[in-house]
Amino acid sequence: MHELALCQALIEAVEKIARREHASGVVSLTVTVGALSGVEPSLLARAFEIASASTLAQGARLLLEPTPVRVVCEDCGAQGEATIQRLLCASCGGGRVRVTAGDELHLSRIELERASTVPQCDAVPATGE
Amino acid sequence: MCDICGCSESKSGHASHEGAGHGSEGSRGTTLAVHESLLAANDREAAHNREHFDAHGVLAVNLMSSPGSGKTSLLESTIDALGRRLRIAVIEGDLETENDARRIRAKGVPAVQITTGSACHLDARMVHHALHEIDLDAVDLLFIENVGNLVCPASFDLGQHRNVTLLSVTEGDDKPAKYPVMFRKSDLVLLSKSDLLDVLDDFDPEAATRHLRTLASQVPVLRVSARRPASLRGWIDWLEQEYQQRRALWRRTAVAL
Repeated sequence: MHELALCQALIEAVEKIARREHASGVVSLTVTVGALSGVEPSLLARAFEIASASTLAQGARLLLEPTPVRVVCEDCGAQGEATIQRLLCASCGGGRVRVTAGDELHLSRIELERASTVPQCDAVPATGE
Repeated sequence: MCDICGCSESKSGHASHEGAGHGSEGSRGTTLAVHESLLAANDREAAHNREHFDAHGVLAVNLMSSPGSGKTSLLESTIDALGRRLRIAVIEGDLETENDARRIRAKGVPAVQITTGSACHLDARMVHHALHEIDLDAVDLLFIENVGNLVCPASFDLGQHRNVTLLSVTEGDDKPAKYPVMFRKSDLVLLSKSDLLDVLDDFDPEAATRHLRTLASQVPVLRVSARRPASLRGWIDWLEQEYQQRRALWRRTAVAL
């Protein structure tokens, strides 16, 4: 189960950001999981519980954003969705396609808990809250 | 139960999680948009490995397959066929034992065994450590035999130049459809143990190729048998061609420097 190794990398990244931002904890984090990334979302969720124990990410809510596969055909130029078992161009049936989405696996959002004694950093590109 | 994150809410109510906050009473939350690949650290190490290979003009080939599809046997017969023309070294990945490295060393080729314990794949850092034990100045072609597994190794770049996946004819010919992530990343697919096709009528090489093509993969599919040296010709030619291309790039870089 390589999801555990990936979760450890995820938590290292999360802890680095949390420390940089002087956060006291992590409320939630969002991970974009492409259908072709080779990662099983339910296993990633389970591995996260194990890997986050005793880290700044412990207790954080893991939100998984699955993304479908999209391809563009090098022959006819058509763009569209594909499935991981069938990556051919849906329009002309050709095999010269480029995958434009669906193989990503990245941390896309993180919601941090602020320690009440630490002032907010001005450089943070806050998007809400 | 929600099948996205395993919480107790329904899928439709999932969006309401976001920003709801689970912090303690009175805490101030901040949401940051980031873009950090979960594989970023591994990819950096892999790029570092590749720089080492490129600096020495070494072709690095990552061999992947299910357990028991004949990776080590193929390497043994490849060494017999090519070992006089190219200097070969092997990194062996296994959960346990030095057995495979011993088999390779018996052929007079340097081999470093990585025992991963419970890890189901090699990663770039493990390969980097193994490289400390190999004199790349004395190597033309480095094989990295990954842990036998058609799932996990697909996600981890090791710094290799080419991925080769073995599919033995004792397996199902629909493996490319079942393991699309791995087969899609392959630069060459070898149908191994092909001598058994004479007695196994339930593996159809054409069907295996068709499944691969459905993944929009145009890569060559070759039949090989470690027991029949003549069957290795296409594989050996492919390796020599890849090596010559790598070497030409290396010479050009050396001249530019």
